[in-house]
Amino acid sequence: MKIHEYQAKEVLRKFGVPTPRSVACFSVDEAVQAAQSLGGKVWVVKAQIHAGGRGKGGGVKLAKSIDEVKTLAGQILGMQLVTHQTGPQGQKVRRLLIEEGADIKRELYVGLVVDRQTQKVCLMASSEGGMDIEEVAATHPEKIQRVFVDPESGLKDAEADDVARKLGVPDAGVAQARAVLQGLYRAFWASDASLAEINPMIVTGDGRVVALDAKMTFDDNALFRHPEIVAMRDLDEEDPAEVEASKHDLNYIQLEGNIGCLVNGAGLAMATMDVIKLYGDSPANFLDVGGGATTEKVTEAFKIMLRNPGLKAILVNIFGGIMKCDVIATALVEAAKVVSLRVPLVVRLEGTNVELGKKILADSGLPIISAANMADAAEKVVAAAKGKR
Amino acid sequence: MSILINKHSRVVTQGITGKTGQFHTRMSRDYANGKACYVAGVNPKKAGEDFEGIPIFASVKDAKAKTGANVSVIYVPPPGAAAAIWEACEADLDLVICITEGIPVRDMIEVRDRMQKQKRKTLLVGPNCPGVITPDEIKIGIMPGHIHKKGRIGVVSRSGTLTYEAVGQLTALGYGQSSAVGIGGDPVNGLKHVDVLRLFNDDPETDAVIMIGEIGGSDEETAARWVKANMGKPVVGFIAGVTAPPGKRMGHAGAIISGGKGTAQEKLAVMEECGIKVTKNPAEMGRLLKSVLK
Repeated sequence: MKIHEYQAKEVLRKFGVPTPRSVACFSVDEAVQAAQSLGGKVWVVKAQIHAGGRGKGGGVKLAKSIDEVKTLAGQILGMQLVTHQTGPQGQKVRRLLIEEGADIKRELYVGLVVDRQTQKVCLMASSEGGMDIEEVAATHPEKIQRVFVDPESGLKDAEADDVARKLGVPDAGVAQARAVLQGLYRAFWASDASLAEINPMIVTGDGRVVALDAKMTFDDNALFRHPEIVAMRDLDEEDPAEVEASKHDLNYIQLEGNIGCLVNGAGLAMATMDVIKLYGDSPANFLDVGGGATTEKVTEAFKIMLRNPGLKAILVNIFGGIMKCDVIATALVEAAKVVSLRVPLVVRLEGTNVELGKKILADSGLPIISAANMADAAEKVVAAAKGKR
Repeated sequence: MSILINKHSRVVTQGITGKTGQFHTRMSRDYANGKACYVAGVNPKKAGEDFEGIPIFASVKDAKAKTGANVSVIYVPPPGAAAAIWEACEADLDLVICITEGIPVRDMIEVRDRMQKQKRKTLLVGPNCPGVITPDEIKIGIMPGHIHKKGRIGVVSRSGTLTYEAVGQLTALGYGQSSAVGIGGDPVNGLKHVDVLRLFNDDPETDAVIMIGEIGGSDEETAARWVKANMGKPVVGFIAGVTAPPGKRMGHAGAIISGGKGTAQEKLAVMEECGIKVTKNPAEMGRLLKSVLK
């Protein structure tokens, strides 16, 4: 689960990480009031969306007067902000962060991720603050320090100090940098994050170490023990089809193609997308119905796929193991009747009671195209989608 | 022979009293030598009772002492699953197979760290996996037993249904399996592709291996490099997720392309460089394997 910058900063402040003073706003009036209450002569107006690259996309602007805050807030609120992470359609800005200006002397990068190889949390730090860490990794890998943190002890004083010194933090600032790094680590660990980044972490003109931007993503599997994180979820930032699917316990991801897929199992669902591509078309979605494809779940899955105006055909690919093919076939037939399918439906069933399942489909009187295997299914669904065009 | 489990394995089910645990214990007991293999269940609140004749003990340690169990299978719900893994390690079982999906990564980091620091002998398969099967001997997990056939091909995969797909294709072509191992779709897990390939390489009754991977991480690359340097048997492969968009979790917690790393294209390229024949068509896994057998 992702959260906004201002929310990530709230989390980090609880763990002792200093941030500039700021106020989250939902309207131009609130933005003006926020700037007035913050005081000072310079403010930063920052779009709050769940995507990186906001500055380059024109979503972060400096204001030198209250009037300018008003103008910029008006421009940014409601804009479709396009960044390298949003896709070409962009993301609508609904929230702003009004922040006091900062006196930036140096910009650094610190971030935490789970390293799969060592099975530990990895602290990454780089003197190239403000740049994407992937970009630094590609162009200047030697500039990235890595510390694999012992889960029992957490990030040790000596480790944090060493990172800070290698980043070039002046001696007077090392203790502060340690507090930031350890605070970041504790926030990550305590809230079951999967990513936590401060980019940039700045050293100010008077030598303070401050988190100027922050990003946190959380482990979905651990949300059950973090109601305080779940409360920060912003459904406006998520794909409506994906939100709807998650209500029905369906694992759904919207894609750009024409062919809807309904599959059991994540690996098989990805492989089904791949085989559609191999036969010359593109998948409209990823959808794993999981182990219990009931009539209700299949019906909801069809409904969600059919909302997509570009949908040209649907491929159902089920390897019935524990879940028997006749049960699936019955669910498919019932669901197809309920939703009145407007596109061709190709079904590939394999596994337990497959003959019985195929018979149920054939006897249903529905125009279901039956396929013998995955390749046959892909070929047939691609052809059916072309016929529909 | 086979790897990891055979008809002499003695299994304790952790989470035997839950709905999933009951269902799959029953299915597994009814497969091949299951009656002799499934010897115990664990639930501290129901010690002394039984599940359809399988005695329930208060702890894995008790179950091991009373029944000689050496392998555990876990169906415990996510919040308690990592603790269940640790309990099996502390009882010094040979192997623990964790089926549970949805365990927090932090819990897995902690238990893996303890296993490593205390040099525990227990091997872990999973979590978030279908389990392990040695056809006609024993099935530990949620895979459909009847699609398998005894034979000499090893299968290792991060995905459940894609394993069944490969097994189904092999069986249809007349090739049986020595063992099929689902290592699971989580980012922090137990045995990895390379560990399972090593076991298949050492198994005199495995002739060749199908390795099935997916986007995310770099385990397939590590395994491929090991194959090039050490494997004496043909390996063929498939990687799911060529069409997966970056930054999105494709069902499995571990199936995500992050920072441009962990793409299917990258994995396929390294596998091919290392002499592993790969297919981009998941319907061709069985035939590809056939093509490399002498």
